[in-house]
Amino acid sequence: MAAHAGTGHLETSTGLDNKKLLMWLFLGSDCLFFGSFIAAFLLYRDRSLEVCRDLLALDPTNTASCVFASDTTINVSGQTFMFEGLWDIPFTSVSAFVLLMSSVSMVLALAAIQRGNIRNMQVWLLTTALLGTLFVAGQAYEFTEFYHAGLHLDTNLTGTTFFVLTGFHGAHVTIGILILMSIFVYSLRGGIQQKHSLNIELAGLYWHFVDIVWIVIFTLIYLIQP
Amino acid sequence: MATLAPPRRSPLSQALAGARHMAEDTSTIWSWLATVDHKRIGVLYGVSAFIFFLAGGIEALLLRTQLVVPENDIIGADAFNRLFTMHGTTMVFLVVMPMSSAFFNLMVPLLIGARDVAFPRLNAFSYWTFLAGGIFLNASFFTGDLFSGELGAPDGGWFGYAPLNLPEFTPGHGMDFWALGLQMLGVASLAGGFNFIVTILNMRAPGMTLFRMPVFVWMTLVTSFLIIFAMPVISVALFELTFDRLFDANFFNPDAGGNPLLWQHMFWLFGHPEVYILILPAFGIISEIIPTFSRKPLFGYPFVVFSGIAIGFMSWGVWVHHMYTTGLGTIANSAFGVSTVLIAVPTGVKIFNWLGTLWGGSIRLRAPMMFAIGTVAMFTIGGLSGVTHSMVPSDYQQQDTYYVVAHFHYVLFGGAVFALFGGIYYWFPKFTGKLMDDMLGQIQFWLLLIGFNLTFFPMHMSGLLGMPRRIYTYDSDMGWNLWNMLSTIGAFTIAVAVLVFMVNFVISLRNGKASGKDPWDGRTLEWSIPAPVPHYNFAQIPQVRHRDDFWHQKYQEDEEGNVVPIVAGAAIAPDAPPGGHDDHDEEEHHDIHLPSPSYFPLIASLGFPLIATGLIYDYALVPVGATLVLVGLFGWAMEPATEEE
Repeated sequence: MAAHAGTGHLETSTGLDNKKLLMWLFLGSDCLFFGSFIAAFLLYRDRSLEVCRDLLALDPTNTASCVFASDTTINVSGQTFMFEGLWDIPFTSVSAFVLLMSSVSMVLALAAIQRGNIRNMQVWLLTTALLGTLFVAGQAYEFTEFYHAGLHLDTNLTGTTFFVLTGFHGAHVTIGILILMSIFVYSLRGGIQQKHSLNIELAGLYWHFVDIVWIVIFTLIYLIQP
Repeated sequence: MATLAPPRRSPLSQALAGARHMAEDTSTIWSWLATVDHKRIGVLYGVSAFIFFLAGGIEALLLRTQLVVPENDIIGADAFNRLFTMHGTTMVFLVVMPMSSAFFNLMVPLLIGARDVAFPRLNAFSYWTFLAGGIFLNASFFTGDLFSGELGAPDGGWFGYAPLNLPEFTPGHGMDFWALGLQMLGVASLAGGFNFIVTILNMRAPGMTLFRMPVFVWMTLVTSFLIIFAMPVISVALFELTFDRLFDANFFNPDAGGNPLLWQHMFWLFGHPEVYILILPAFGIISEIIPTFSRKPLFGYPFVVFSGIAIGFMSWGVWVHHMYTTGLGTIANSAFGVSTVLIAVPTGVKIFNWLGTLWGGSIRLRAPMMFAIGTVAMFTIGGLSGVTHSMVPSDYQQQDTYYVVAHFHYVLFGGAVFALFGGIYYWFPKFTGKLMDDMLGQIQFWLLLIGFNLTFFPMHMSGLLGMPRRIYTYDSDMGWNLWNMLSTIGAFTIAVAVLVFMVNFVISLRNGKASGKDPWDGRTLEWSIPAPVPHYNFAQIPQVRHRDDFWHQKYQEDEEGNVVPIVAGAAIAPDAPPGGHDDHDEEEHHDIHLPSPSYFPLIASLGFPLIATGLIYDYALVPVGATLVLVGLFGWAMEPATEEE
C-alpha cells in the first residue's frame, strides 16, 4: 500500500491497514458527534409544546411558535387549540428506504471491484450516488415544505434541533456523494484497479455509517412521537 | 484522503510537481510550508505554541497588574474580561495542547522506532489548521475599535457559559471568533488524535510490543483516544452556539425553552477529559525523565500504564464536579463526588511510582530532572486541593473563588508547564546536537518555582477569604490586599524565569556544548540514533527485545545483580555505537523512501479561516473558503504520497 511506502514498514504492527484503522477511529469519533446532537434533540423534545402553552396562556393569539411534528391539541384556560403536525411519515419512510437501498448498491460496488469487475463497480457506485442524491433531494423538499409551513430555525426548539441535526446528517450524505463521484470519475479515467479495492471499502464504511445514523435519527425523530 | 494511482500528468500537476521539488531543498521557507516531516512539524508546533505562551503570559501580566492594588483602574473592566477570556483559552488550546502535540510529533516516531507518523500529510494539515485557528482566535482583538482602546476579543470566559455567550449579553463578534476559532482547533486536534493512535498501534518497530512502549507513548495513546472522543462533544456545543449567535437558533435561549445547563453539561463533558488531555502528556514526559536521571527503570511500569488508562476511562465520569452549584440535586452531586474522589486514586498511584523510581536511585539533579521533580511536587499540591473540591459542601464555598484558580494553576502550570519545560531541556540535545546550559536551566527552575508559588499559593488564601474569580477590582478592606500584591510580584518573577529560558534557548542553540547522541545515558530508542536526528530517523529499523531497549544494549547485570556496561566504556563514551548496528553508512540509505513534501494540507487549512470569516462578515467568502478546502483535499488525495523515482 502507498501508505507504507514511505515508512519502511512492510506490514503494520497490528496487521490492520492504516487507512482502515483511521476510518474506524473517525467513525467512532463521529458517533459522539451525532450522539451529542441527538441528545440535545431528545432533551428538548417536549419543550416547544411547553413554551407554546405558556405563551398561549398569556396571549391566545400568539401561535407563532406553535409548530409541531405531530398533530397537537393544547387546552389553555378552557380554550382548545389544534395544530396540525408537519411530519410526513410515509414520505420520509420512502426516502429512508432509498438510503437503505443505497447501502445495498454500495456493497455490490465493493463486491464488483474485489472481483476485478470495474464496469460493474462503476454502475453500482453511480447507483449509490444517485440514491444518495435522491435522499438529499427528498430532504431539501422536506425542509422547504416545513419552512413554508412556518417551521424555521428560530421558530422554536423543534425547528432548531430538527434542522441542525438532520442538516448535519444531510451534509454527511453530501460529502459521501462527493467521495463516491470522485472515485467514479477517477475510475472512468482508468485510475482504479482491483488492487485499489480498499478505497472503495473505506468509502463504503463511511456510507454505511451515515446510513445507520439515519436509521437512528429516523426512529427517534419520526417514528417515536411523544 | 485515498491515495489512488496517478492519472496522466496535466500541466497543472507538472507545475505542482515543480513546486514540490522546490520544497525538497530544506533550506528554503517553501520546505517548511510543505513539510510533512514529523520532526519539522514538531518544531513548528513547539515554536507556535511558545509564541502563544508569550501572548497568554502578557495577558496574565496585564491581569495581575490590574489586580495589584485595590480599586485599581489601569486596564478597566471591559479589557479585563476580554483578557482573562483570552488568557484561559490561549493557555489551554494554544499552549499546553499544541506544546504536547509538539512532543507527540517529535518523540513518538523516535520512541517506537518508526521513520514518520502513519499519515504525514494529515499531520501537516493538523498543524496548519491549528495555526489558522490560533491566529483567527487572536485576530478577534482587532475587531473592536482599537483607536479608542476597545478590544474586540471574546469576553465570556474560557468556558463561555450560556446564556452569557449569546449576542444579547456578549454583543460584538468576539464570541463568534471564539466559537469558530475553537472549532478549527478541534479539527486540528482530531486530525492529530487519529494520526497518533494509528501511528502508535501500527507503526511500532518489530518487537516493540505494547508493554515495551515507553510510558510517554502510552500517555500519548490515551490522550489521543480522549481527544477523538471528547472533541466531537465540544464541536457540537460550539456549532450549537454558532447557530444561536449567527442564525438565531434557540439551543441556549431560555425564552424559547432552551436550557443553558445543556451548554455546561456539554462543555464539561468535553472539559473534564480535556483536563487529562492536558496533563497526561506531561505525566508521560516525566515518566521518561525520572528513570533516566535516577538510573533505574520506572518503578511499577504496568501500574503507571494502567493508571493512565484508568484515568482515561474515569475522566468521562466526573464532569459534574464543575457544576455542583447548578442545582442538579443531591444524588447527582454525591455520585460525582464519589467518582471524583476515586479518580484521585490512579493519579496518586502514579505519584508513588515516581517516588518509588527516585527511591534508591543514583539521582543526578540536572535541569530536566529538576523540572520533573518540580512537576511531581507541584502537581501533588494541586491534586490535594483538587480533592478538597470533590467534597460537595466544601466546593460550595470554593466555587468561583480564587481558591479554584489556585488549584487549576497548580495542576496545569505546576504540573503540565513544568513538565513541558523539563521535556524541552531533556530532548533539546536530540534535535540540535547541543546541550542546553544547565546552570541557566537551574536558575530558571528556581526562579520559576519561586515565582510560581508566590503567584498561586496566595490565591488559596484570597480564595478562602472569599475573593471571587473574574472581578477586575476589589475594595481595600476585604483583607485581600497582601495576597494580591504577592500574586502580582510572583507573576513578574515567572516572567523573568521565562526570559531566562529564552536566553538559554537562543544561547544554547548557537553555542551549546556538543551533546553527542546520548548525553543523559538514556534508556529509550531515540538515544540510539545520531543527534541531530537524520531526516530518516533510523538507518535501520531497530529490533526491540526489551522495555528500555537501548539501556539493555548498553548494560547487563552480573552475577550479583549489579549493572555493568556491556561494551567497556559505553557509559563513559556515549557516542560509541550501541551493541547492534553502526550509523556510519549513512550514504547507503539514500534509498529510504520518505514521504514527499506537499502544499495541499496548507491549502486545505487556509480555507477554514476564510469560511469562518465569511460566516461572521460576508457569506460571499464562504464558497471561496470551501473551494480552497476542497482543492486542498482533492489535490492531496490525487497526489502520490511518495514521488516516484
